[in-house]
Amino acid sequence: MRMLSRNATFNSHGQDSSYFLGWQEYEKNPYHEVHNTNGIIQMGLAENQLCFDLLESWLAKNPEAAAFKKNGESIFAELALFQDYHGLPAFKKAMVDFMAEIRGNKVTFDPNHLVLTAGATSANETFIFCLADPGEAVLIPTPYYPGFDRDLKWRTGVEIVPIHCTNSNGFQITETALEEAYQEAEKCNLRVKGVLVTNPSNPLGTTMTRNELYLLLSFVEDKGIHLISDEIYSGTAFSSPSFISVMEVLKDRNCDENSEVWQRVHVVYSLSKDLGLPGFRVGAIYSNDDMVVAAATKMSSFGLVSSQTQHLLSAMLSDKKLTKNYIAENHKRLKQRQKNLVSGLQKAGISCLNGNAGLFCWVDMRHLLRSNTFEAEMELWKKIVYEVHLNISPGSSCHCTEPGWFRVCFANLPERTLDLAMQRLKAFVGEYYNVPEVNGRSQSSHLSHSRGQSLTKWVSRLSFDDRCPIHGR
Amino acid sequence: MGFTLSNQQQLLSKMATGNGHGENSPYFDGWKAYDSDPFHVTKNPNGVIQMGLAENEMCFDLIQEWVLNNPEASICTAAGVNEFKDIAIFQDYHGLPEFRNAVANFMGRVRGNRVTFDADRIVMSGGATGAHETIAFCLADPGDAFLVPVPYYPGFDRDLGWRTGVQLIPVACDSSNNFKVTRAALEAAYEKAQKANIRVKGLLITNPSNPLGTVLDRDTLRSLVTFINEKKIHLVCDEIYAATVFSQPSFISIAEIIEEDIECNRNLIHIVYSLSKDMGFPGFRVGIVYSYNDDVVNCARKMSSFGLVSTQTQHLIASMLSDNELVERFIAQSAKRLKARHMRFTMELAQVGTSCLKSNGGLFVWMDLRRLLKEQTFEAEMVLWHTIIHEVKLNVSPGSSFHCPEPGWFRVCFANMDDKTMEIALSRIRNFVAQYKEPIAPRKNNRYWQSNLRLSFQSRRMDDIMMSPCMMSPHSPIPQSPLVRAT
Repeated sequence: MRMLSRNATFNSHGQDSSYFLGWQEYEKNPYHEVHNTNGIIQMGLAENQLCFDLLESWLAKNPEAAAFKKNGESIFAELALFQDYHGLPAFKKAMVDFMAEIRGNKVTFDPNHLVLTAGATSANETFIFCLADPGEAVLIPTPYYPGFDRDLKWRTGVEIVPIHCTNSNGFQITETALEEAYQEAEKCNLRVKGVLVTNPSNPLGTTMTRNELYLLLSFVEDKGIHLISDEIYSGTAFSSPSFISVMEVLKDRNCDENSEVWQRVHVVYSLSKDLGLPGFRVGAIYSNDDMVVAAATKMSSFGLVSSQTQHLLSAMLSDKKLTKNYIAENHKRLKQRQKNLVSGLQKAGISCLNGNAGLFCWVDMRHLLRSNTFEAEMELWKKIVYEVHLNISPGSSCHCTEPGWFRVCFANLPERTLDLAMQRLKAFVGEYYNVPEVNGRSQSSHLSHSRGQSLTKWVSRLSFDDRCPIHGR
Repeated sequence: MGFTLSNQQQLLSKMATGNGHGENSPYFDGWKAYDSDPFHVTKNPNGVIQMGLAENEMCFDLIQEWVLNNPEASICTAAGVNEFKDIAIFQDYHGLPEFRNAVANFMGRVRGNRVTFDADRIVMSGGATGAHETIAFCLADPGDAFLVPVPYYPGFDRDLGWRTGVQLIPVACDSSNNFKVTRAALEAAYEKAQKANIRVKGLLITNPSNPLGTVLDRDTLRSLVTFINEKKIHLVCDEIYAATVFSQPSFISIAEIIEEDIECNRNLIHIVYSLSKDMGFPGFRVGIVYSYNDDVVNCARKMSSFGLVSTQTQHLIASMLSDNELVERFIAQSAKRLKARHMRFTMELAQVGTSCLKSNGGLFVWMDLRRLLKEQTFEAEMVLWHTIIHEVKLNVSPGSSFHCPEPGWFRVCFANMDDKTMEIALSRIRNFVAQYKEPIAPRKNNRYWQSNLRLSFQSRRMDDIMMSPCMMSPHSPIPQSPLVRAT
């Protein structure tokens, strides 16, 4: 008899994927600007480290909340005992207000429909447990966050069927792609229960267009299924077009509580990206469906948010001066940082998808591939990790259907480290490929190896005819 | 509209629409009564006193004082704010090393330093609730089973079975031998499972026991280890009440037993722990999976992503539990105060002819009210329970909610209130027992009976007990928390 469960025995947790392997290599040899200047620079971690100073100065001026106090009195015991899975009311109110503020107050959220969970990881898994049975499926547009394979499939037994998005239209979701995915699922005898999208997108770094959102709503309405919108990056939309939440589109289309689709649209949120607090494990489920809220609330028992953290963040997020300033500064700094990355990449002859959100760029390195294959992508990735000493995420780990794309994060490291990374990249490209800076004009060149490596001649695949409209969005 | 509702239901999972969470239970009555009429020493002295919640409020003064004197442990204060960023960013599921070290240190000290724990085997979870679910996900597949001696904590049905598809099979224990777990009972339960073609993956014990408040003796522990080794099944030991043992016989952890027993296959041994009971921190969600099986440690650690402990809390706990002076003082004081509370309680009850199972740990007593039952049936137990809730105004937990095979037992918690409230609770019990020298009969036209709450409890067999909805979780609404009122 197998001693452990199937869950424990097989690697459906997905942590053997390159996404995680890159992290492991980084752990072994992490860059340090003094102690290890040749180490691997971490650009595979979508973290937001740009605005801690704002939070730190708030904390210094408002020590009460962290010190288990309220109105001068110690509430340690009350907090230590508070395990109500409905959550601290003051915190939930502060959360929904913050979520509304991020959306320019175009929509409001009801705190009674918010369920707190230990991070978005737990929120996403909980949603799947509530909406699907083992053996059923959800459709997800590719490329998508690698963690979904674990969060949505591992312990739930639910399948992910990809909605293939391609570079030809900037990876936007199309009606055809949706239908094809649905039919693919049917062919495999998988009952589709919903569509899960990430908006703003990870790894693309773009916000969904209104058209895409309308399309999704029509699709789920037509098929009678759910739509989960993971809006974890909603506060990182730093330039136009502005972020449009699925909740806003529901309102646009006059889908209120009397319409069937109203109850089937759900949102996942978290403070890990917008506020840069992944350690605090603050996630949330938002649903208009009372039954989903009720079931998710009970399930949240398996991963509640620490009352200590709820109390601190409730004080923080209730400070409207802080939230207003934070949201604005966050946008400003992210925008600047992204600009630096894009220009650094351009100097290395590399372009990327025109992004307006997120903590990363979706970078086009197809021209650096030996061949238009995932093997070639892996080869390139390994070179970048082991030789250039940059940890970036290969598109295949995000289930991208086209080889050659990489996600490169820009908000988790100091600017000078980012500059260094770009210099390394430029040197690498220059040495191996001899490609001049991207300046908007079509170019071609021969590629060659050096340094006693294989003498295979690398031929440029710089055919710009079928390239995506980089500045199309 | 009926059609729409069932349409909507079909769109949700069976898990979401079913009752596996165990909260649609008639035992909700006790909570409802408390919620609608909660006791307050000045504002509502005639309200219902909450004695159904196994919480430890005995030593907050010590902790509060420590927190005040150690502001940097709260990181976000001026003293510790420079650590804020590193803590807030840290999401490694291994957990902060200082946190794991401190917890391992604490666990060892709670066991009188008779054993040490390896910090690298400490895996976080969302409370013990999350720990139990994780263990079940690691050890068993849907349809597999765990043996659990009765009476047991009602939350196990949900924690081990709801989302995992694992079932619990009761191991019969009764008062004839003080509810001890016998080899014969284990074998019988195991065989029953075999006959029903159910694969048993493990045995789950809670030591010290909830709801009994007793500890397992060395011989019993050894026989359990022998049993699981023979059957090649896992042993999961929930030691969540380890530090609540206040008198002899002392607590013996499974960790000690396997040190002595070189034959035991350590890959079968797992401990669930938490700070919710020993320290009184259920709100902080500090659950621990400690396994001697490397594969389980690895798998549980990956699963811990679904319920990591907030690093803000990890940091606080790391500071607190590394302070050996505080730890030793806390362990000693906690035991002393629990002992005093327990003694006062049991002595007062004994004086009115009410006995409790002899116990030396936990946050509750296992009270014997069998003589007050009109007949030895669970229906009679429910009648008695309703009387206690609505007339005596005490929310206690009926034994049937713990799958107890004998009617008439009640778990009564004593560590979640101050001395004054306890005295009031005791006087109510004294008056009640004195009043009801005769067994309690159901009253005609009892306004507390509502037809939708009536249960048919004709001679319940073990299977009925196994299938009956269990009592709701401790995470269910407690709207009387001042933190809720305050908003």
